[in-house]
Amino acid sequence: MSIPVLKFDAVIVGAGGAGLRSAIQLSEAGLKTAVLSKVFPTRSHTVAAQGGVAASLGNSEEDHWTWHMYDTVKGSDWLGDQDAIEFMCRKANEVVVELEHYGMPFDRTDDGKIYQRPFGGHMSNFGEKPVRRSCAAADRTGHAMLHAMYQRNVKANTQFFVEWMALDLIRDEEGHVIGVTAMEMETGQVVIFHSRATIFATGGAGRIYYSSTNAFINTGDGLGMAARAGIPLEDMEFWQFHPTGVAGAGVLITEGVRGEGGILRNSSKERFMERYAPNAKDLASRDVVSRAMATEIKEGRGCGVNKDYVLLDITHLDPATIMKRLPGIHEIGIQFAGVDCLKEPLPVVPTCHYQMGGIPTHYSGRVVVPQNGDFNTVVPGFYAGGECACASVHGANRLGTNSLLDLLVFGKSAGDSAVEDLKAGKAHRDLPKDAADKALARIAAIDNRKGGANVHETRLAMQRTMQDHAGVFRFGDMLKQGVEKILEVEKAARQLEIKDKSMAWNTARSEALEMENLIEVAKATMISAEARKESRGAHVRDDAPDTEEFPNGRNDKEWLKHTLFSPVDNSITYKPVNLQPLTVETVALKTRSY
Amino acid sequence: MERKDYERLRWRCIRRALLELDITLTRFLDDGFSSLDEVQQQAFVALADLEDYDLWDLITGKAEIDDPVMSEVVAMLRKSRVRLAE
Repeated sequence: MSIPVLKFDAVIVGAGGAGLRSAIQLSEAGLKTAVLSKVFPTRSHTVAAQGGVAASLGNSEEDHWTWHMYDTVKGSDWLGDQDAIEFMCRKANEVVVELEHYGMPFDRTDDGKIYQRPFGGHMSNFGEKPVRRSCAAADRTGHAMLHAMYQRNVKANTQFFVEWMALDLIRDEEGHVIGVTAMEMETGQVVIFHSRATIFATGGAGRIYYSSTNAFINTGDGLGMAARAGIPLEDMEFWQFHPTGVAGAGVLITEGVRGEGGILRNSSKERFMERYAPNAKDLASRDVVSRAMATEIKEGRGCGVNKDYVLLDITHLDPATIMKRLPGIHEIGIQFAGVDCLKEPLPVVPTCHYQMGGIPTHYSGRVVVPQNGDFNTVVPGFYAGGECACASVHGANRLGTNSLLDLLVFGKSAGDSAVEDLKAGKAHRDLPKDAADKALARIAAIDNRKGGANVHETRLAMQRTMQDHAGVFRFGDMLKQGVEKILEVEKAARQLEIKDKSMAWNTARSEALEMENLIEVAKATMISAEARKESRGAHVRDDAPDTEEFPNGRNDKEWLKHTLFSPVDNSITYKPVNLQPLTVETVALKTRSY
Repeated sequence: MERKDYERLRWRCIRRALLELDITLTRFLDDGFSSLDEVQQQAFVALADLEDYDLWDLITGKAEIDDPVMSEVVAMLRKSRVRLAE
């Protein structure tokens, strides 16, 4: 079968913040650049980011990138690579000012500077007191950012392929990445994008969990494609959770609800937080509340048919107070839980929010893999940035407002590195004859299979397995069972069947293809989480508790290392954490406490 | 509505930037869309083309829209939420 070939200098997969930022570098350097996206760029999930972007501009009070670096290393529970973290924090001011020049409508101080506000975990003078470091555009920072960068790309003649789904990486015999196969959704036509540089900016994969704050689009497509091309995935056991998402829906319920007197209850209506945090009770910190909720569910005191959520009760509060102080909550309850929270408690569950791991990259944005004892062997022609990549700056736990910074800095850095490599004269490498075979075979198998697995049911089985076995608080026995279960789900995910066989706008096929990506991420997460026998950052195990020898359950003697999950044989290797920054002294190991 | 047009609309409803809209619009497509007449269906297509925050503000009543048919469909989206909740 003859497959059309489109030739570009660079192809970028994903048009969220990281993809758009990369594209600016490439297009403005005069390179012919294509950006592929499943949706119109300003519908990427970056839109949902409200908090802001961290930069030590010092507009409101004294600040310094070394303080930001310290906070990020500490936030990462020392799993972040300190060279990458220094790189990001030093670049922060530059990328924020550039964004302002692109037309980003940042909030301003009275004297016209970018207004900055405080955000959890960001401190001055190496952890001394909170500092105002977050730059925002009201509560629509991500949205404003995408618009500014999209316009800049239009000006720079970036070519957008909207409602196109990338299918697989194309690598030649020597392992160089030379493009992707992609499907135009409107026609179902598969096309080869033959490129000299391929940049992944495909976002996270939060939809592997049953309860997730992520939009449906976050299906880990880049990670799935990388895994199928034999690229390992780094630190996939680390996922950030929020304690109170609406069970099933994932929509966040603000912590303010507990602040106003909301009480968490189990299936016996017991106020269980009294047992876990006798003083703070329902107002204990996020991790304590999340762990308590997970323990109640694990021990069979959850609610509902599946006993898989607890209740957030505000029925004892004055309805007028609820409507006045928590205006959105009543609506969220009705809309997403089918519950009138003035009369009944809301079903809630710790909810997945952000993926710290991803495709392993150097801080230059180049994808790196272990080879012949070198953990940082560059995969020629392949770059990644944003949530799909792991540089690693977030390590075991991300600080708020560092995600938008990540996508700006590493989107730009991936773009710059690609420009540098291409200007050095790298030509298009020959396409192998079978360049599109893998993608075509996957589509044909889904289209032609009879008696296969249902996509919706398989996705649900995966999401429930992940939620129950690798949630916010993890138990050794549950993780072991989880590995077995997810490998069973994987079998189904390899045998998907769809009823609609149409070529044009076949959304069932698109969802099946997304499911093949999700399962790669789910499997990597479960196996990596089972293997890491310590608690660190967002990975908290019941069997690695807080002791004098291992404060917070963190064991630096054995586990100060990055996980590399190999999708080829489901095996795990580890690579050292880079504790050496670029120009300053190492942020020395210590117990993470706030 | 022809299959191809419906499937395009479906994709634009189930792959939004905001989770709240993914859920709300998917439910409406499955539950309320088939009861719309042709003019209302076109109004829904136009609503689905709005920016995410603009559409969410309409659905949550923080904003209003002048077009009478679109306004009618927004009212159905709001009503649909309550009915689904019961």
